[in-house]
Amino acid sequence: MSWLNLHFQRIQRSSRASALRPSLGAKNVREFRVYRWSPDDGANPRIDTYEVDLATCGPMVLDALIKIKNEIDPTLTFRRSCREGICGSCAMNIDGTNTLACTKAIEDCSKGDVPIYPLPHMSVVKDLVPDMTHFYAQYASIKPWLRTQSAAPPKERLQSKPDRAKLDGLYECILCACCSTACPSYWWNGDRYLGPAILLQAYRWIVDSRDEDTGERLDALEDPFRLYRCHTIMNCTRTCPKGLNPAKAIAEIKKLMVERRA
Amino acid sequence: MNHVDPMRAPLKNARGLGSARHGTHHFIIQRITAIALLVLVIYFVALLVSLAGSDYASARAAVAHPVNAILLIAFLIAMFWHGQLGMQVVIEDYVHPPGKAMVFQVVVIFVCVLAAVASIFAVVRIALGA
Repeated sequence: MSWLNLHFQRIQRSSRASALRPSLGAKNVREFRVYRWSPDDGANPRIDTYEVDLATCGPMVLDALIKIKNEIDPTLTFRRSCREGICGSCAMNIDGTNTLACTKAIEDCSKGDVPIYPLPHMSVVKDLVPDMTHFYAQYASIKPWLRTQSAAPPKERLQSKPDRAKLDGLYECILCACCSTACPSYWWNGDRYLGPAILLQAYRWIVDSRDEDTGERLDALEDPFRLYRCHTIMNCTRTCPKGLNPAKAIAEIKKLMVERRA
Repeated sequence: MNHVDPMRAPLKNARGLGSARHGTHHFIIQRITAIALLVLVIYFVALLVSLAGSDYASARAAVAHPVNAILLIAFLIAMFWHGQLGMQVVIEDYVHPPGKAMVFQVVVIFVCVLAAVASIFAVVRIALGA
């Protein structure tokens, strides 16, 4: 990891020069150290340090980012939409953990300055915006919709309450990619490994009592790379900003793989 | 990300060569050998401890005892099998050029099988009193 530290130090050295200060007299000032990179200027990535007066800022990290963009540096680029943890746009690495900027309270960050980076090990489009193309394509590859053989019933497809309960803890996933980009296995083999987010989504359709393509779904996942790169590292579950358990969903898929052979 | 070609459609990259439709057998055998080793490693360490300080003849006699010989051979099979399966995963994780990975996998299999055969042969030779 020494090369990483070296890279990190090089970024840090350039940071103080670009510190941008709020007006004098601000009392509750917090420093935000934000990863910056633009495809347009040919420069190396750098860290910009912004000082934000928390007395005039909302409680969440996203509030600080929006304040920085509005009042200090309009060139700062990040995704955001719903500001309430349901769209997943503002997923980024804050204070060392992948999470949603809109639901991460500034006061919950560790003391001192707040480091903000894009999701780890993704190609960066600009600043805090990662390239999600492959992640979304992987999601499309599991065919995330109800697949049936039998004819559509005249009304809705019925589901018992216990069967519906099996989707709890799965349907809440917003595909923010915090878990997948926290997974070392996804870092090393993300081209072929589907990663925790997509596997949780795959399991969401595998356990759906109305879906009739269960076997085909398991066939499509039974692969040393697509599924079995999961080594139960558990970073996914630790980082999920929605409190879900992708590692458990993956374990359930593995159990079904064994069950259908027994 | 190694095989993601930006010129291709994203779904082409994601689907790749398709599902290998295996991997569960590896998963099962890895766990079965792990369970076996849980017991056999304790046995093996206990045997080593019990033989500590004993002379060559009595150590040889202990290995030649049918119960010990059988359990030792079981331990060797489980260990080298489990070792090969584990090394296979490590190589899949970290060695990405396909040709290089294949060479590594074959070398690991050869080494594990040879070592297993050699060590089992040693136990059999002692047990059968050669």
